[in-house]
Amino acid sequence: MPHISLNNLSISYGNHKVLHEVSVDIPDSQITVIIGPSGCGKTTLLKSLNRLLDLNDDVSVKGNVLIDGVNTYDPKADVLSLRKKLGFLSQRPYPLPMSIYDNIAFGPKVHRLTQEQIVQQIRDLEGRSFQVPERKNGAMDVLVESYLRLAGLWDEVKDRLRTPASRLSIGQQQRLALARALAVEPEAILADEPTSALDPLSAQLIEKQFKFLRNNYTIVVVTHILRQARRIADYVIFLYLGELVEHGPAESFFKSPKDERTRAYISGEIS
Amino acid sequence: MKVRRFKDSLATTFIRASLVFVNAIAFVIAITLFMKTRPILAKTTLSHLLSSTSWHPLRGDFGFFPFIIGTLEVTAIAMILSIPVCLLSAIYLSEYAHGRFRGFVRLVVDILAGIPSVIYGLCGVIAIVPLVRILGQALGSPTTGYSLLAGGIILAIMVSPVITSVALEVFRTIPRAARENSLALGITTWEMVKHVILRSSLHGIIAAIVLGFARAFGETMAVLMVVGNVPKVPLSLFDPAYPLPALIANNYGEMMSIPLYDSALMFAALILMVVVGGFSLGAHLILLKIERRGYV
Ligand SMILES: Nc1ncnc2c1ncn2[C@@H]1O[C@H](COP(=O)(O)OP(=O)(O)O)[C@@H](O)[C@H]1O
Ligand SMILES: [Mg+2]
Repeated sequence: MPHISLNNLSISYGNHKVLHEVSVDIPDSQITVIIGPSGCGKTTLLKSLNRLLDLNDDVSVKGNVLIDGVNTYDPKADVLSLRKKLGFLSQRPYPLPMSIYDNIAFGPKVHRLTQEQIVQQIRDLEGRSFQVPERKNGAMDVLVESYLRLAGLWDEVKDRLRTPASRLSIGQQQRLALARALAVEPEAILADEPTSALDPLSAQLIEKQFKFLRNNYTIVVVTHILRQARRIADYVIFLYLGELVEHGPAESFFKSPKDERTRAYISGEIS
Repeated sequence: MKVRRFKDSLATTFIRASLVFVNAIAFVIAITLFMKTRPILAKTTLSHLLSSTSWHPLRGDFGFFPFIIGTLEVTAIAMILSIPVCLLSAIYLSEYAHGRFRGFVRLVVDILAGIPSVIYGLCGVIAIVPLVRILGQALGSPTTGYSLLAGGIILAIMVSPVITSVALEVFRTIPRAARENSLALGITTWEMVKHVILRSSLHGIIAAIVLGFARAFGETMAVLMVVGNVPKVPLSLFDPAYPLPALIANNYGEMMSIPLYDSALMFAALILMVVVGGFSLGAHLILLKIERRGYV
């Protein structure tokens, strides 16, 4: 059973229906890219997975989203633990109003991890045992370092962990957001056009990081940049006007699209 | 081209002139007050005026301590009562309530903010004073109800609309991404409010409070109607008090009939200005400190 699967998902804002009966399984441990022209419902689809849509007034959702077999929209579903399973990167990063260090430690601290749980988490992450430094918060220090390394940010910030995260460049902020999301041990990462506010070099770093992480996490990336999709996608979902037009492994999707609209979109005739 | 340049320099001059004018008013007021207080300062020392509790204008005995304490205490009570309630209301409206409900409450709050001070005062006399009297009796301290507590409550009610609406605006300017990024970690709405929303908006919240109270200091009328106006240091919440604005408003009519009285009232005004100025300055210093830490 796939981690994430959508069944007949329809979403409306008020009377405006923006997603029409979408059904698709998102493959594990791969990068799935959701593409489509702007306004076709990509963001809506992505945020329906972890119920960030709840932040909107007047959204109605029909159908269901299964995360590890649990229906996200079941009124009895534990939304908090479902959200914890799905890390999220927004279009513009938002560094939490605290230091770089605290941005990473925030999740584990709010979830009240014990010393032993922190040590176990690092062990699971690094795949080896390690020496916990004797000092106060030694384990947390190691945890913060591990996740900053995992997000490819450690070398740039190791000398200024205690400075406010808002002083980082926007590209660094997005990698910090990635590290922060990873620190609560999600199974998947959802990213909504994570590079659209970034310069090309920072964008490249994020793409590189996703490719590096794909073995251990299910990654879902929304983009409207076809070239980015070609670069990183293992699996592609194409939305057009709120409809799921076509989905499949990246190779066959780009080489031999089945639907007329997909062909037109890939060749740049519609955008 | 020439015309545009000319218009530009005209506009610049005009803007500068307005700025000078506005600042000059504050300056002139301060200077005037200071000049007017010189007669009383020539007769008694500053420290005596500030620390004496004896108030007998006819004997030329002016001790401002009760009034200063009254002002500070009424303000402190109002802050303690209003700030938590206003912030929680703003948080509820911003983070929990439906958009339509938020719009409706905004309208109500704006209407409340526009109600004249006298009307609040009347409501205070009708409702709050008796309530405080009953409360005082129940707690074993008999009171007329015209008291420090009644003044504090009225002031709290009056500053609430301003603080609530400014705080709400501040919360709504925090980008969506702040909420999405933090909720996605699996934390509760309250945890998000505590660690992210409040911290991100510290700046604006302090501004909201300063704005509320800057307004409140000027709204003498309502407080004056319920606070009792007895020039003694209040020893409990149920004792009457006499804040500085009330002193000035009640007595400026007869200030010419008693020697030095006018100078004394000007001195009261000067203290009030210093207190309000100190309050704003304190808030600015806090903001500066927060800014330097760079978390907002
Ligand atoms: N909060 C909202 N309220 C009403 N309509 C919305 C809201 N958010 C998005 N929409 C509409 O839903 C459609 C899909 O939006 P979105 O999912 O953001 O598309 P995309 O991310 O592909 O650009 C658009 O027509 C947009 O105008
Ligand atoms: Mg979008």
